[in-house]
Amino acid sequence: MENKMYVSSSPHFRSNSSTTKIMLDVIIALVPATIASVIIFGPLSLMLIGVCIASCVLCEYICRKVMKRDTTIGDLSAVVTGLLLALNLPVNINPLIAVFGCIVAIVVVKQMFGGIGMNFVNPALAARIVLLVSFPNAMMTWVDAFFYKAPDAVASATPLASDPSAYSYTQLLLGTHGGSLGETCAIALILGGLYLVVRKVISPIIPCVYILTSGVMSLIIGQDPIYQILSGGLLLGAIFMATDYATSPITKWGKVVYAVGCGVLTILLRTYSNMPEGVSFSIILMNILVPLIESATTPKAFGKEKKAKGEKK
Amino acid sequence: METKLTFPKKPYRTHGGVHVPHRKNTAGKQSVEMPVPSSVTITMSQHIGAVCKPVVKVGDTVAVGQVIGDNDAYVCAPIHSSVSGTVKKIDKVTAPDGSKVDAVTIESDGEMRLYEGIKPPVINNLSDLLKATRESGLVGLGGAGFPAHVKLNIPPDKEVDTLIINVAECEPYITADHREVLENSWAIMSGVYSLKDILGLKRVIIGVENNKPDAIKVLKAIADNEVDKYDEVRILPLKASYPYGAEKVLIKACTNRTVPMGKLPSDAGCIVMNVASIAFLAEYMKTGIPLTKKRITVDGDAIENPQNVIVPVGTCVKDIIDFCGGYKEEPKKLIMGGPMMGAAVSDDSLFIAKQNNAILAFTEKEARLQEPSACIRCGRCVDACPMCLVPTAICKAVDQKDTKAMLDSNIMNCMECGCCAFACPANRHLVNNIRLGKQIINNEKKRLMPLKEGK
Repeated sequence: MENKMYVSSSPHFRSNSSTTKIMLDVIIALVPATIASVIIFGPLSLMLIGVCIASCVLCEYICRKVMKRDTTIGDLSAVVTGLLLALNLPVNINPLIAVFGCIVAIVVVKQMFGGIGMNFVNPALAARIVLLVSFPNAMMTWVDAFFYKAPDAVASATPLASDPSAYSYTQLLLGTHGGSLGETCAIALILGGLYLVVRKVISPIIPCVYILTSGVMSLIIGQDPIYQILSGGLLLGAIFMATDYATSPITKWGKVVYAVGCGVLTILLRTYSNMPEGVSFSIILMNILVPLIESATTPKAFGKEKKAKGEKK
Repeated sequence: METKLTFPKKPYRTHGGVHVPHRKNTAGKQSVEMPVPSSVTITMSQHIGAVCKPVVKVGDTVAVGQVIGDNDAYVCAPIHSSVSGTVKKIDKVTAPDGSKVDAVTIESDGEMRLYEGIKPPVINNLSDLLKATRESGLVGLGGAGFPAHVKLNIPPDKEVDTLIINVAECEPYITADHREVLENSWAIMSGVYSLKDILGLKRVIIGVENNKPDAIKVLKAIADNEVDKYDEVRILPLKASYPYGAEKVLIKACTNRTVPMGKLPSDAGCIVMNVASIAFLAEYMKTGIPLTKKRITVDGDAIENPQNVIVPVGTCVKDIIDFCGGYKEEPKKLIMGGPMMGAAVSDDSLFIAKQNNAILAFTEKEARLQEPSACIRCGRCVDACPMCLVPTAICKAVDQKDTKAMLDSNIMNCMECGCCAFACPANRHLVNNIRLGKQIINNEKKRLMPLKEGK
C-alpha cells in the first residue's frame, strides 16, 4: 500500500452542521422582520440594511487582512451583525452614522477581541449603544409607519416613549407604528424565533424566560405586561440579541439566570431610567456577567456526587 | 437487604448523546467464516492490564487453544494460539495505537488441530467460574478489552444485584453483536441463565437499541423462555442514540443508577457484559475452546463486499479485506473499530486482537477532515456530553496547559465517546484535545511521584 492514509483522532464522523449553516439560519429567521421593515418603513430601510451588511463584511475582511489572519467572511457572521445593527436603527438615520456603527461593531467589539466567538458583548448592541450615546438625536428620531406614503408626516415617538394607551395590541403585533427598523413587527419576530427553535439553532430557554420575566416584572411594577413585551426592542432583543452564542451562557441553568437578569433589568431601566428603552443596556450588562454566571452554573458531572442515587422504587 | 427489584418499561433518562447515522449495511448478511490464513501474528497485549509474556519458543509446534502468552498479574488474561502450526518468530510489531508490542507469529499448517489439553471446564461455584473465565482468555469483547474474570469477581463489600447484557451496538456500521444475536441465540440464552444462577442474580436486563427489531424478537424469545420461572430476565428496547452502549450510560438507562466518578459498575450494583462475551462464555463452558476467533464487521465505502467475517485472532487486516473482495476504491482511512471511537491506523498490515469488532475502510470522500474554525460557543458540545461535562471549557484549559483547570472541569471523567466533536459545528478536535490534556495530567503525576516518595 503506497498511498498515505489519514490518521486522526476519533471520532471519524462529524455532523453536517457548520458555523456558516447556523449563521444562514439566523439570516433566514430575520427575513420576516426584514420584509416587515420594508413594508412598514419603505425602500429606504432596504438601503440602510444593505449599507450596514456591506460595511460590516468589508470591515471584517479588512480587519482580518490587516491582522494577517484567515478571512472569515465566509461564515456569514458579519452579515448577521450588519443585519441586526440595521434592524436596530431608525430608518431616517444618516447612512454615515450607520457605517460608523458597523465599524464599532466589527472592528472594535468583534475583531479586536479575537473575532467570532471571542467578543464579550454583542457587537450589534454595543454599536447601537455607542451610536445612542454619540448621536442621541439621530438615534431617537423615529418616523411613523408608512411615512413614505405621506411625505409630510411628522416625527413620531415609539410606543414606549408615548402614552401607554396610544397603540392597540393589534398595532403592536403588526408593527404599524414608529420605531427602529426591525423591532416593530412582533409577529415577524416571533415567526423568526420559532424558526430558530425548530431548527435547533437556539434553545427556547433564553427568549421564553426573558419574556416571562419581563411580563412578571411589569406586573409587579404596575405596567401592562403585554404592552411592555410587544413594544420596543424587547422581542428583537430576547430572540435575536440575548441568544447570541458568544455572549450568552452555554450551560442550561446559566441561560435561565442570564435571561431572568435581562428581563428584570429591561423593565427596571424602562421604568426608572430617563431613556425610553432598556433592552440594549440590560443585555449588554448581562453579557458582561456571562463568565461569572457560567462558572456558577457548571453542570454537575455524571457520577460526581459522593453518594450514588438510589433506584426509584 | 431485601428490596424488590423492578424492571423499567422504558429506559430511564440519560443526558446528552447524538444521533449518528446508523449505516448498518451488513445487518442482513449471514456471517462468513474465513478460511485459515497462512499465518497469524498474535500480539501479547490484547486487554487492559498487564502485558503477557510469550511462553512458547521459535520452532515450537502449537495447536488451536494452546496458551502462548500469559502473565501472573491479576488483571491479565492468557492468550491462546488461534491456529495449529509452528512458531515462526517472536518480535515487536505495531499495535493499532501505534505502540510496539511483543507478538508471536505462527505459520499455520491448515489443519486447525485442537490442543489435546482442551476439555470443558467443570463449574460448580463462583470460584470455578472465575478460574474458567480466566483460562478461557475472555476479555470484554465490546471494545475495551477488560479481562472478564476481573469483572465477574465482585469484591465482597459490594452488593451486585443486576446483570446488564449490552446489545446496544450504538456505533455506526458495526453489526457484529447484531449478527451474534441472530446466529448464536442458543449460546446467549445458555450464557445468560448460567451466569445468572452462578452469580445468584435476581435481575437480568438485556439492553438493545430499537433499530434491530429482529434481534429484539430473538432476545424476547430468550427472555420469555420457561427456564425463567420468576420472569427475572427481561429485555429493554433503547432508542437508537449514541452512546447507549457506553457502560455508565447503559447502567443509567437500565436501572437509573449512577456509577460514581472513577468507580466501577459494581459500585452501582451492576455487571455489564457484552452479548458476544456472554455467548462466548456459554460456548466455552460447553466445549472448553478458549477465545481464538472473533466476529468482525468489515465495511466502509472502500470495501468491495461488506460483511461480517469470523476470523482467527491474529489474522492480518489485509487478509481479511482481501477475503471481502479487497478495496473497491483507493482507501484513504482505515479504522479499527467504529467511526466514533475506533482508532485510525496508518496501513493494513496490522493484526486482529480479541477486542476488535470492526474494520472500516473509507474513501477520500468519507475520510476527508474539515479544517477546524473558531469556537462560537454554541453549547452543542455541552448538550451532547453524556457525562455532563463542558467540553469546550476543558479544551480551553488544555490549550492553556492549566492542569488545575483541567481537573476542575473533570477531564478524567471523559470517556472519549466523541459526541462533542461530532456535534461541533466548528469541527473542533475536542476529543483529541481532551486526550492531550489527560496525557499532560498523567505525565505530571509521573513527574511528581518520585518527589512524594522521597519525602
